[in-house]
Amino acid sequence: MNVGLCVVCMMLIPLAAAGLALIHQGLGRSRSAAHSMLGTICALGIAAIVFVMVGWSLTGFPGGASHVLFAGTLRWNWLGAEPLLARGVNFGGAGAGGGLEMCLQMLAVGLAAMIPVSAGGDRWRLAGIAAASAVLAGLMYPLFAHWAWGGGWLAPRLTGGFSDAGGAGAVQVVGGFMALSVAWILGPRRGKYAADGLASAIPGHNIVQVLFGCLVALVGWIGLDAAVSMVYYGAGERMLAGIVVNAVLCASAGCLAAVALTRVRYRKPDASLSANGWIAGLVAGSAGAGFVTPVAAVIVGAVAGVLVTYMVEVFELRLMIDDPGGAVSVHAGAGMWGLLAVGIFGGGGSMLFQVVGVATLVGLMLPLIHVGNLLLNRLVPYRVDRDGDWQGMDVRELGAGAYPEFVVHADEFVPR
Amino acid sequence: VIRVRVIGCVLLVSGWGIVMAAVVMLRGWQASVFIGAGCAVEALGLGLLTAGYRAIQLSVGRGQR
Repeated sequence: MNVGLCVVCMMLIPLAAAGLALIHQGLGRSRSAAHSMLGTICALGIAAIVFVMVGWSLTGFPGGASHVLFAGTLRWNWLGAEPLLARGVNFGGAGAGGGLEMCLQMLAVGLAAMIPVSAGGDRWRLAGIAAASAVLAGLMYPLFAHWAWGGGWLAPRLTGGFSDAGGAGAVQVVGGFMALSVAWILGPRRGKYAADGLASAIPGHNIVQVLFGCLVALVGWIGLDAAVSMVYYGAGERMLAGIVVNAVLCASAGCLAAVALTRVRYRKPDASLSANGWIAGLVAGSAGAGFVTPVAAVIVGAVAGVLVTYMVEVFELRLMIDDPGGAVSVHAGAGMWGLLAVGIFGGGGSMLFQVVGVATLVGLMLPLIHVGNLLLNRLVPYRVDRDGDWQGMDVRELGAGAYPEFVVHADEFVPR
Repeated sequence: VIRVRVIGCVLLVSGWGIVMAAVVMLRGWQASVFIGAGCAVEALGLGLLTAGYRAIQLSVGRGQR
């Protein structure tokens, strides 16, 4: 493995975070824009620190120390056992081990932690974001990351089965389920649903930033797919070209499918749903990365774009889940589709183990994440108070708006 | 509503338990069948959990809570 190239790919990953941050705040209200951006940065920072100090010891790496259960002849590797506070990591010299994996995981967990900020937009308090990010990075994420990548029971080197070559499961679906749990606990923004149950549209405040964020995220996603493929799946330098081609094809197909579908359904293309289609394509394509054919990448991306367009509508109108950025549909929905698509198109995983991986995410990770959030919500109330709902998060929590000279909110002057 | 959500969570975990039991103890088509059954139980649990939250979401969105 070319370590230098691998580190360069990892250095691109923060661009995925930057792109998602732009998308999150652009799809939210202008009166919560600065809060959304700061929340994202706090989530990234806290996740990085907590993961390195605590989460890494549970995640581990292939060949590293781990907790193993023996049941007869069965060897059940269920949790990493590295020392706390990253004491066992050797970044250089003879016998170096774990440093590369830790660097990759630290950046990846930041991505997972920032996904729920989108679903909790306009109503999730900064303290809640910080607490949830810490628990995600210290406990939830390491569990599945160890199973899929750290030499755990799902890892392909042990079973030859489950394949997640770009983090569609460990990063995107885990983050998406966190977003779903947060959206459930917070409830919708006030005024989202009328008395008869009809949803009112609360459009994003800056769609140009959202679309620019899509382009920025593409570069970061290529870095993420490449780094995971090289570190955990043995992808060589020549594979990088395939990873770039497939990432671009997946994103393009997802976006174009959403453009076409919204054009047919609403007579005009919907820019925010098309942006969601772009990211959904990237998310779904992450599972196979460079291990599927370009034709398969186009199909995976297109299906993700269509799927997300319908899922956003079902979540908002049928299930009454107010997710301003469509994070649950884009990250959890498209991520699970991507994992299953690897089984269908033969990207290195067997269909049976891809289903087992998805079943583990839904059957164990979702309840675990949700119970964790319910307990945290008791300690650190997630939702802003009633005044904050009307004022916006910028004024309520930060004391100043993101665009103080350009925007006047009529709602602020409504008598309470 | 709370009971529905709790049952939903329990079914999710139970479904995963069935899937894991099938992975550990069975091989071939029997494993596939039981993994499918586990996924069906999970789908039922997810449906119940979602239904349990739907009523709460609606009342919050109307500004009643």
